[in-house]
Amino acid sequence: MSLHRKLSYSLAINEALHQVMSMDPSVFLIGQGVKSPWYVGNTARGLIEEFGENRVIDTPVSENGITGAAVGAAIAGMKPVVVHPRIDFMMYAMDPIINEAANWFYMNGGRANVPVVFWGIINRRGEQAAQHSQALHALFAHIPGLKVVMPATAHDAKGLMVAAIQDPNPVVFVDERLLYGLEGPVPQEIYHVEIGKGCLRRQGKDVTIVAVSLMVHEAIKATQELIDDDIDAEVIDLRTIKPLDRELIIHSVNKTGRLVVVDVGWRSFGISGEIAALVAEASFETLKAPILRVALPDCPAPASVMLENGYYPSARDIVQAVRRIM
Amino acid sequence: MILSRDTLCDLYKAMIIIRLFEESLVEPILSGEVHTPCHLCSGQEAIAVGLCKALSQDDYIFGNHRSHGHFLAKGGSLRALAAEIYCRETGCSRGRGGSMHLIDPTVGMLGSAPIVAGTISLAVGAALASSIRKDGRISVSFLGDGATGEGVLYESLNFAALKKLPIIFACENNLYATHMPIRECRVNRPIRKIAEPFGIDNHEVDGNNILQVYDKVQQAAEACRKGSGPVFMEFLTYRYRGHVGPDDNVQGLHMDLRPQEELAHWLEKDPIQRLERYIREHHVMDELELQSFKREAENEVQDAKAYAESSARPRIEEITRYVFA
Ligand SMILES: Cc1ncc(C[n+]2csc(CCOP(=O)(O)OP(=O)(O)O)c2C)c(N)n1
Ligand SMILES: [Mg+2]
Repeated sequence: MSLHRKLSYSLAINEALHQVMSMDPSVFLIGQGVKSPWYVGNTARGLIEEFGENRVIDTPVSENGITGAAVGAAIAGMKPVVVHPRIDFMMYAMDPIINEAANWFYMNGGRANVPVVFWGIINRRGEQAAQHSQALHALFAHIPGLKVVMPATAHDAKGLMVAAIQDPNPVVFVDERLLYGLEGPVPQEIYHVEIGKGCLRRQGKDVTIVAVSLMVHEAIKATQELIDDDIDAEVIDLRTIKPLDRELIIHSVNKTGRLVVVDVGWRSFGISGEIAALVAEASFETLKAPILRVALPDCPAPASVMLENGYYPSARDIVQAVRRIM
Repeated sequence: MILSRDTLCDLYKAMIIIRLFEESLVEPILSGEVHTPCHLCSGQEAIAVGLCKALSQDDYIFGNHRSHGHFLAKGGSLRALAAEIYCRETGCSRGRGGSMHLIDPTVGMLGSAPIVAGTISLAVGAALASSIRKDGRISVSFLGDGATGEGVLYESLNFAALKKLPIIFACENNLYATHMPIRECRVNRPIRKIAEPFGIDNHEVDGNNILQVYDKVQQAAEACRKGSGPVFMEFLTYRYRGHVGPDDNVQGLHMDLRPQEELAHWLEKDPIQRLERYIREHHVMDELELQSFKREAENEVQDAKAYAESSARPRIEEITRYVFA
């Protein structure tokens, strides 16, 4: 039965690429490392063998030019997936992503859409320091014209990659290297996870924890510990950060009256503040306590593992935040 | 060009220290004692050393991800480098940067960073500063062959040429950018020719021949200082180790992605052995002196590592120290 089939997060992405590429000849993959397992793990496994170097294109180190080329190919009717093995490298490509791709459809009065996927991988930890560990998703979510998805499970990694490729507009797909080995049920057949829809990972009545990507797993761990305190926490996995699943969040907070938002990114001007604002605007009167944020301190990623341990929040920080508002 | 005995000894010692230090990291990387990604420069020492020794201490350099050698050659402290790689408070970046963020402004090493080509324009900026101040300094940008894929290099070449800035673009062509052989990254033309359309003086240099490196850089530096504008130098070389760490550890397999014959071919052109041969042939040092140099270098490396290992790690209470916004 398909339901019991398990796959790792990275192989789920790989399966999505295989399936979409065999269904649709306009889809192609371009970026650094797609021909070598050394770089993008096994997400590109077997693609070059199956689809050839014409549609699986390893590139020189030229993020700006290559990303722009992907955008241009999309305008010309293809469906490129452009991968950046670290989202930090994608900063060279801000112009084609933001000025061009995001705005193209609107500023041309809807005459041409840009069906491109910008895939950037977060690589936190490993004493890699400030330029190799950043979680930059919120930058993209700030831009009108970009959708941003961040799968937390193998199932959603596949379903959101399929949805991102099939979407007629630019989608930023942000995954996390630390999740690559995580296994979970993944149906064999092709399916998509709707962009803009979060999901409940755990039902509870006392507090809502909204989390994203890697932090969804920490949030779930936290709920186990909270049970000992008799706190019944609800966990929302955002899956998409732009557009946000407002209904799901508000419905949950209306029920629990308490909210803790957990992000993989920095605290200031990030998605945690956005969600807090959304709830404050939409259901201020249902709140029984202040909204708290669990996020990275406003500090570049340090190298030393001692500093990393204090830098990255974990289930313990979520538990503490919840306790503070109960 | 005949170099003095002191200069030759200096070049020799600087190269073996770098080699011994890089190789001494292999064990701790494999055992997990060193986590920070180390891009070892074994095999490429002659470029860092020959180039930096042809500069004055006031001159500026900027490095990239593979900059242990650049840092040491410019005069950075071995202890501070080792401590940074062990991510200790006593490291040159106080344990905040790791292997890829090496800096010592007191010796003109203005920093290194792993965003490919990210420091090229910064080196241009340092040259711009010198040209505004007319302080006679020159600036060097160390870049790999892989960095020639980034557009910012061409913007930098143009601007540096336009303003006749005192900068050397030092391209270490080791034939690979991570897993990609150079033939898959660029059309088969010498890299140095990219400088031509900008009217920038350009040279090909045997990067494994330190005497040639030293000589050519001295000439380039002199030209820069005189105000004749930038120089582009392509140094042909090869790295002995993997892209990052001792080997290309693909999915847990400790292997090298490159053909073994190619590595063997380059090992024969080893820059340190070549200088050693020269030193012997010209009776600059005798066997005993060479051995004592090596022992001294080994002791310095051991001392630096012991210093690093016994240094304190940054304290968590100080995580936001140096954060200003
Ligand atoms: C902007 C950016 N893109 C990609 C990378 C990943 N990366 C690190 S080093 C490297 C190749 C560098 O090759 P080269 O410039 O030849 O230097 P070498 O490693 O050979 O010394 C790449 C692609 C990066 N660090 N930064
Ligand atoms: Mg190279």
